[in-house]
Amino acid sequence: MTPLTVLRRLGYALGLPLVLVAVWWFASAGSTSPFWPPLSTIVAKFPGTWFSGRMTEDVLPSVVRLLVGYALAVVAGVAVGMLVGLSRRVRAFTEPTLEFFRAVPPPVLVPLIALFLGYTGSTSKVITIALGCVWPVLLNTVEGVRGVDEVLLDTARCYHLSRRSRLVHVVLRGASPQIAAGARQALSIGVILMVISELFGANRGLGASIVQFQRGFAIPEMWTGIIMLGLLGFVLSLVFRLVEHRALAWYRGLRDANRGA
Amino acid sequence: MSTASIGPSRSRRLPLPGSDALLGVLGLVTVGVVGEVLPRSGLVNPHYLPPTSQILARLAQIVVDPDFWTLLGLTVRGWALGLALAMVLGVGLGLVIGSVPFLRDATSSTIEFLRPIPSVALIPLVVLLFGSRLPSALVLVVYAATWQVLVQVLYGVADVDPVARDTARSYRFSVFSTGRHVVWPTALPYVVTGFRLAAAVALILEITAELVIGVPGLGQTIGVAQSSGAVPETYALVIAVGLLGVAVNLLARAIEKRVLRWHPSVRRDAA
Repeated sequence: MTPLTVLRRLGYALGLPLVLVAVWWFASAGSTSPFWPPLSTIVAKFPGTWFSGRMTEDVLPSVVRLLVGYALAVVAGVAVGMLVGLSRRVRAFTEPTLEFFRAVPPPVLVPLIALFLGYTGSTSKVITIALGCVWPVLLNTVEGVRGVDEVLLDTARCYHLSRRSRLVHVVLRGASPQIAAGARQALSIGVILMVISELFGANRGLGASIVQFQRGFAIPEMWTGIIMLGLLGFVLSLVFRLVEHRALAWYRGLRDANRGA
Repeated sequence: MSTASIGPSRSRRLPLPGSDALLGVLGLVTVGVVGEVLPRSGLVNPHYLPPTSQILARLAQIVVDPDFWTLLGLTVRGWALGLALAMVLGVGLGLVIGSVPFLRDATSSTIEFLRPIPSVALIPLVVLLFGSRLPSALVLVVYAATWQVLVQVLYGVADVDPVARDTARSYRFSVFSTGRHVVWPTALPYVVTGFRLAAAVALILEITAELVIGVPGLGQTIGVAQSSGAVPETYALVIAVGLLGVAVNLLARAIEKRVLRWHPSVRRDAA
């Protein structure tokens, strides 16, 4: 890459974001509207709001709950999805039930789980996140397992690969692009549930903080919270993309080869 | 290409027609029976999980109540309005941005940054601006659903065959007819995928807005039922919302089939 193309790419990547931030900065500069404080005020409030204890007491626990619930959902979704996807009968038996559970909008899980566990501790929130995230992973795994190349499976059998390595190297790997698609859907559901699970009952956490600012009419602080949540969403999707990029490198190569052929 | 003769010669018995559907119904019945036995046997406190029969009886009562249909109408209205706005915005922006290379390069980083921002982050803002009224729900639904459509449309426009595009240019197609005859047919399957994803996301955000902000609709009613201790009613309403979700998915798939009747992916499915 010549320095000029690097420069041009950088210009494209940073140009519009800089323009937008500048527009926000100057358009809000003299704002006296209580709902749209000047961006300069929001930026000035940011460190004091988040870096004096809130980061470790509110943000970190929220993120940990999200990650634990999400991890549980992915593991359970892939495991059950493989079981269901491998047998035609099991698939037919469970399909309408699973489709129904997937169609239930995950936020309504909050009141249901509140019945069982109340809604003060972390457990109920982790369970909410896990139960909301599991369906896209599960159903995509089922689809992916069903789509695994029959010839590959037969070949693996002919070569007397053990059942375990057939599952891991042929079925799981073959289904992984679909699983990744499900996991991506699940991640955005997880973030939604992380926030709204904190809005019920007296709670701490990132989502709860933002709503407390809003109720206390601490509007610049509320805006810092919105930005914080936006940054969190961005970072999570970045990490997801990196992991996916590594895990599916073989798939991209295969697809490009097929296209080129 | 004839693959029939070289395919793996499996002696897998073909299922009887309808037997899959029967198994599926059996699966649903099994879940219902488990839901009946667990609370009746005392394994689960019936105050947390009422027996299936009670939930279904309550559901039957709710369904004949005209109030339920009013609330359902409000939910569906918010969903449909938000989805329609998101489709117009997403398809319009996507076609324009996708067709102009400069715009595509200049906006991609911004789109990648804004898209993962969870729309629930906007909840406090819309509460201040609109309170618990329809516009609050609309903002959340439109923000969440538009990205799904926009990104798919961008993929779709990028997928247009360069040879077809150059051919159109050689024949001096106008901008409009290039769009109509070259770009649109390629992008359409992506648009429809975007629609299907957006329809599901829109329902999630509509219900979230009702449950969390109190925008009138079924979600708000679920919150009220739960906090007033009406347990069977809470479950019955959740089932109703789930059925609405199933209906939304089926509708989206039916539209997909219908719009893409001519498309190879659907034709292959039908064959």
